[in-house]
Amino acid sequence: MALLEATGIVKTFGKLTALNGAALSVAANEFHGLIGPNGSGKSTLMKCVAGAEVPTTGRVSFAGADITEASPAERARAGMSLKFQITSVLPALTLYDNVLLALQGKSSLVGLVFSRSRGVLHDKVMGMLERFRLAGRANDPASALSHGQQQWLEIAMALASEPKLLLLDEPTGGMSLEERRVTGELLQPIKAGCSLVIVEHDLDFIRDICDRLTVLDQGSVLCSGTVQEIQSNPKVQEVYLRRA
Amino acid sequence: MTEALPSVALAAPGGRRMALPVIEAAVLAILALAPLVLQDYLTVYATRVLILCLFALSFDLVWGYAGIMSFGQSLFFGSAGYGVALIARDLDIASIAVVIPAGVLIGFVGAMLLGGFLLLGRHPSSVIFVSLGTMTGAYAADRLARGWYYLGGQNGIPSIQSMNIGTYELSEGPVFYYLALAILVAVYMLCRFLVRSQFGLALAGLRENEQRIAFFGYKVQHLKAIIFTLSGAIAGLAGSLYAFHEGFVWPNMLGVVMSTQVVLYVLFGGAGTLIGAVIGTVVIEAVSFWLSNSYQDIWPIILGVLLLLVIMFRPAGLVSLVLSERERVGSFGRPGRGGGDGTA
Repeated sequence: MALLEATGIVKTFGKLTALNGAALSVAANEFHGLIGPNGSGKSTLMKCVAGAEVPTTGRVSFAGADITEASPAERARAGMSLKFQITSVLPALTLYDNVLLALQGKSSLVGLVFSRSRGVLHDKVMGMLERFRLAGRANDPASALSHGQQQWLEIAMALASEPKLLLLDEPTGGMSLEERRVTGELLQPIKAGCSLVIVEHDLDFIRDICDRLTVLDQGSVLCSGTVQEIQSNPKVQEVYLRRA
Repeated sequence: MTEALPSVALAAPGGRRMALPVIEAAVLAILALAPLVLQDYLTVYATRVLILCLFALSFDLVWGYAGIMSFGQSLFFGSAGYGVALIARDLDIASIAVVIPAGVLIGFVGAMLLGGFLLLGRHPSSVIFVSLGTMTGAYAADRLARGWYYLGGQNGIPSIQSMNIGTYELSEGPVFYYLALAILVAVYMLCRFLVRSQFGLALAGLRENEQRIAFFGYKVQHLKAIIFTLSGAIAGLAGSLYAFHEGFVWPNMLGVVMSTQVVLYVLFGGAGTLIGAVIGTVVIEAVSFWLSNSYQDIWPIILGVLLLLVIMFRPAGLVSLVLSERERVGSFGRPGRGGGDGTA
């Protein structure tokens, strides 16, 4: 059974139809790329999966439960985590507090008020910062980081709660070639315990890390399959790769 | 846990890392010693200022820490004032053991109901919706009080009997001053504990980017409703003290003017720092008092210009003159055993 199953997703904004029956299926521990030309509906589908948008029609299920109407917080508590397309770290807080905040999203109110979690979670926070090469700047405000480092921090925050499914919307946007390569390296180890859905324009990056791809065009699924199948699909070459 | 925690927020630039505790201690010392040097009528005035500081803390908690623009904070302040005035007038009860908890309860319930309506929708409410909603609530309560004979209409409820502890009557003066100071310090410490806990970190996240923290699993509407209700209880506490200190309540206590006043206190002193709310209230009230004596005709204009200058050139308030941004944001949570985070 797939971990994430989105079927028949239609999303309209007034007269504009952004998604027209789109679908997405992601297995446990699978790295799944969502690609397509600009305006094909990738980010909208990602938002419908994450709960930032509610589909006009269609169904989203996660770990066997229908989450179509669930709030972002309910989805996060079920094990879903998101990195936004536009970097949204909390600029005034330190890197340490950014990760700590992400770690405690599922805590109760009483737990938050009386928690000694700063001590308990310290190793986890620092471990996550170390993994993303940010430990040396734990005390700096997030606003002091470069764009690429902010992207890493946000991925670290998204991973902090040990999600079952991580949704990454253009994680390498604005990064240098070297930063993109490092990002790919940093993501590989999570495969053991986490699935990944990634929207990305960098096809080399997608090819390197994904097991399967779904290609969207004009709000619908053009095709879905392994990287090799997609690469050899003439429809993709015609509709997507030529435009890209 | 034996490894020391990182000294997050301890290394504020400019060698001012311990400025906040020093300022807090200095303000406390000044407030504690003030009645010893002030003339009696000034002690009475200073008591009113302390109670207004309490009111300012309630607003700072919702706006400065959680980013909720409550433009009707006076609704809870005034409702509690009217509530305890009615208890004193109609039930002939002025015991501190009854009226202060009653004031807190009125503020708490009022804020819970209004907060539930404004904040607990399926989707997070916009700043505009909340600010207009709270302002409308305050305005409606003001109009209601002005038009309702039972509440004294335009004149309010005069000649409220003195609050008492057993047989001891608490009239205005040094005893009332120290009672107000003790309550202010207790509430300040409670707020300080909250905003420096992990709950405070969640509030900081709420203020910075509430959509982001919803995706971490935080129930942002619940967090907002909780802090809004708590701030209403503190405003209610302030309102009940104010009613007994002044000896009367009137519709302005409920209305938009009072709500605006508390916004100015906090902006002037520095939103998002508890001590900023206290300093803003004290400075505005002290300057108002001095200007109104020295420049009787034009003092509101001078005060207005002064407020504008501070807000334009020091948007983070007066405390930003001595506190770095890092220290104003602070750090959160208590360390585990062996932890080294000493910032409060």
